[in-house]
Amino acid sequence: MTTLDPVAVFRTEADELLECLETTLLDLGEKPQDRALIDTAFRALHTIKGSGAMFGFERVAAFTHDFETAFDLVRQGKVPASLDLVNVALSAKDYIRLLIEDPDGTEPVFGDAILGELGALVGNAKGGGKGGGEETSGVAAAPSPAAAAPPASGPAPRPVEEGWRIGIAFAADVLRNGTNPLALLDDLRDLGPCTVVPRLDALPELDALDPEALAMGWDVTLRAAVSREAIEDVFLFTQDEVSLTLAPLGLAAEAPPAPPAERPVQVPAPMPVAAPAAAAPAAAATAPTQIPAKPPAAEARLPARRSEERPTSTVRVEAERLDELMDRVGELVIAQARLSQLAGLHADGGIKTISEEIERLSARLRDTTMSIRMVPIGTLFGRFRRLVHDLSRDLGKPVEFVTEGEDTELDKTMIERLADPLVHLIRNAIDHGIEDPARRADAAKGATGRITLTAEHAGAQVMVSVRDDGAGLDAARIRAKAEEKGLVAPGTVLSDQQIYQFLFAPGFSTAATISALSGRGVGMDVVKKTIEGLRGTIDISTVPGAGTTVALRLPLTLAIIEGLLIRVGEGRYVVPLSAVEECVELPEGDRAGRGRDFLNIRGALVPFLRLRTLFEAEGEPDPHQKVIIVSVGATRIGLVVDQIIGNHQTVIKSLSKLHADVATFSGASILGDGTAALIIDIGQLVTGNRPDSLREFQEVA
Amino acid sequence: MTGAVEALEPVAGLQVVMVRIGSETFALDAGMVREIIDPIPATRVAGARTHLNRIVNVRGNVVPLADIRERFGMRPEAATQDTRFVVIEVEIEGDPVVVALVADKVFEVTELQAGTAQQMPKVGTAWRPEFIKSIVKFGDEFVILPDVERILN
Repeated sequence: MTTLDPVAVFRTEADELLECLETTLLDLGEKPQDRALIDTAFRALHTIKGSGAMFGFERVAAFTHDFETAFDLVRQGKVPASLDLVNVALSAKDYIRLLIEDPDGTEPVFGDAILGELGALVGNAKGGGKGGGEETSGVAAAPSPAAAAPPASGPAPRPVEEGWRIGIAFAADVLRNGTNPLALLDDLRDLGPCTVVPRLDALPELDALDPEALAMGWDVTLRAAVSREAIEDVFLFTQDEVSLTLAPLGLAAEAPPAPPAERPVQVPAPMPVAAPAAAAPAAAATAPTQIPAKPPAAEARLPARRSEERPTSTVRVEAERLDELMDRVGELVIAQARLSQLAGLHADGGIKTISEEIERLSARLRDTTMSIRMVPIGTLFGRFRRLVHDLSRDLGKPVEFVTEGEDTELDKTMIERLADPLVHLIRNAIDHGIEDPARRADAAKGATGRITLTAEHAGAQVMVSVRDDGAGLDAARIRAKAEEKGLVAPGTVLSDQQIYQFLFAPGFSTAATISALSGRGVGMDVVKKTIEGLRGTIDISTVPGAGTTVALRLPLTLAIIEGLLIRVGEGRYVVPLSAVEECVELPEGDRAGRGRDFLNIRGALVPFLRLRTLFEAEGEPDPHQKVIIVSVGATRIGLVVDQIIGNHQTVIKSLSKLHADVATFSGASILGDGTAALIIDIGQLVTGNRPDSLREFQEVA
Repeated sequence: MTGAVEALEPVAGLQVVMVRIGSETFALDAGMVREIIDPIPATRVAGARTHLNRIVNVRGNVVPLADIRERFGMRPEAATQDTRFVVIEVEIEGDPVVVALVADKVFEVTELQAGTAQQMPKVGTAWRPEFIKSIVKFGDEFVILPDVERILN
């Protein structure tokens, strides 16, 4: 069915690696001292380089190689990770992505510029170290001990002994992963003369031997003055699969060898793990006393890494196949409903039991299938960190980005389609919402603004909101702009909510100047359209001086709808339950049309639509018609129906392309008896005439 | 593709499904016919165009039920014992779309003979010429090779 295009596989893999690289770099920007992050970034780079070369992406490999070389200095602790470095590394990452996407169309000039910048940052630090005197503010934290230690031999914390006693025990399944232990032993030999003694105690009898499992370990005596890091580097890519014990030859007699099952004590490079502020000079001065402090620090880091790098086993599946599965399950649910209906008519107990069993199974199968499509929204939130990082830099507004509820799960298609609207909202929040530092100082706020992105479940819906702590919306200004644009007649009485709705009008912007980012007035209308397309709603709330919140309410999935099944004439329809507020009986006086179709719902005036007329239903209306009060945003209307049948949860089927001209219905669903019922597009019914209502305001003038 | 001369060529050897719709016999390209099913209850779609104003559930998918009689100026008729839904797949603006077609009777799958295609006469019919690819002589009858994409859209 699927042909495996190696290049496509590489692209997907590289995509993930680049994403991982970006997150890591951003984390590194916040915690420049975290060596685990540097290692992760380095490994991602190395893998991209390797597979890039393998699949013929020569330029990717070449560029990544140079990038990696520069970054290696950071990894070795010769150059500290700084915010500048992270920024350059991020643009380098973008460049790699460009190179992968369009290998021929990318100008090498950019790459050279990035490498130049990177080289300058890295080189500077080295130069500063060697020259001893000169230093720049960006690299103030350059490790001056580098001046003392000869750079070539690596930043050894103390003079090493004559050699090392190395115990190597691999995990049993290491061969299956393609690791070649003998090649690693060869690498060790390259470091200096080695004596290798195999550990054979765990070796099983010949007939019990699994040729794919590694049952032996090795004890290596390496007689050469190499650093601990050099040895660990040999095992860099098998860290999770090997248990390594390292003991200097001189100390071997005194120190009992570590139990083989234990994780290696990874003594990090001399970069001080604790006390980042104490910085490099301290490292040199207190090197001997630091040694006991290191292992705990290293150990503390290990559990975290382990959980990070050993994700639960996953399978990559095409989204299309999941859609197909969902369709099949939908069919099954429908067939099952028919079976139950039929079984209900028979007195046969056996059939009833089976039918109930199948009902239970298919309900569970449906839930499982749904959950397969659910993805935590955190995967989406992660993408915005970079956006905020860049915007904050470009606009000169320091912004802190906080996310909450990353575990909230949403349908995958939903998450994909949410990305663009959220980008717009976050951009707006930073550009328009958050004031510049000077104004914030006047308002007695901290200089750093804050953007909070939250997701939470609210009933059968998910609420995603973007909140800033800026100045809030200025209703008067929006109103003035709306009047100027002719969207509303001066003097019309409007609620604040109504005024905020103007923000979603096409081409509407209150920004005095157009920036590269926003102010052109395109965006918010697209946001609204997209969210409505997802069957969601947008609410804006604002507190003057304290910030604005844009809240998006979305269904959990596009595949299933929780609805109210109604009957109008002979036809059955589904009203999305999320829009339904209440149901009332149609008052006697309103049964026949009397020219004014509105109800008094606890004092509020609610207009209603007769669905019989709208859907051209035949036959006599029911004597006791019901009104379903639905709402979209702040607008409420009633829908007059003949009968309310009940709750109905079902798979949504989209309408055919041939029915693109039918606006009243957003889709269809299949009922228990196998017939199709149309799903009413409430948004269309309620706000479909919004442009007209805006025009009404003008006509009043 | 509207030129009759072009349309005449590929007719020879074409596998077709013969169906009667209203008073006419149509030859549907067998390649686009997915299945032929017994009539099933349909749901009316308010606001849709007359020839597409119903939907049916075909194997779990909601597809439009097309009654092309109206497009050929024929009167709607109630379903009979012979009525079938012919499920076809047509390309509409580049996307494959599945449609169920109401047929009053389905005859057979057959192969069209070379040299039997005739040009659509300019006079003597009220049909819109773009709905018809060509007219084919089959036995004693003239059958219509319809341009389903145009008829539907």
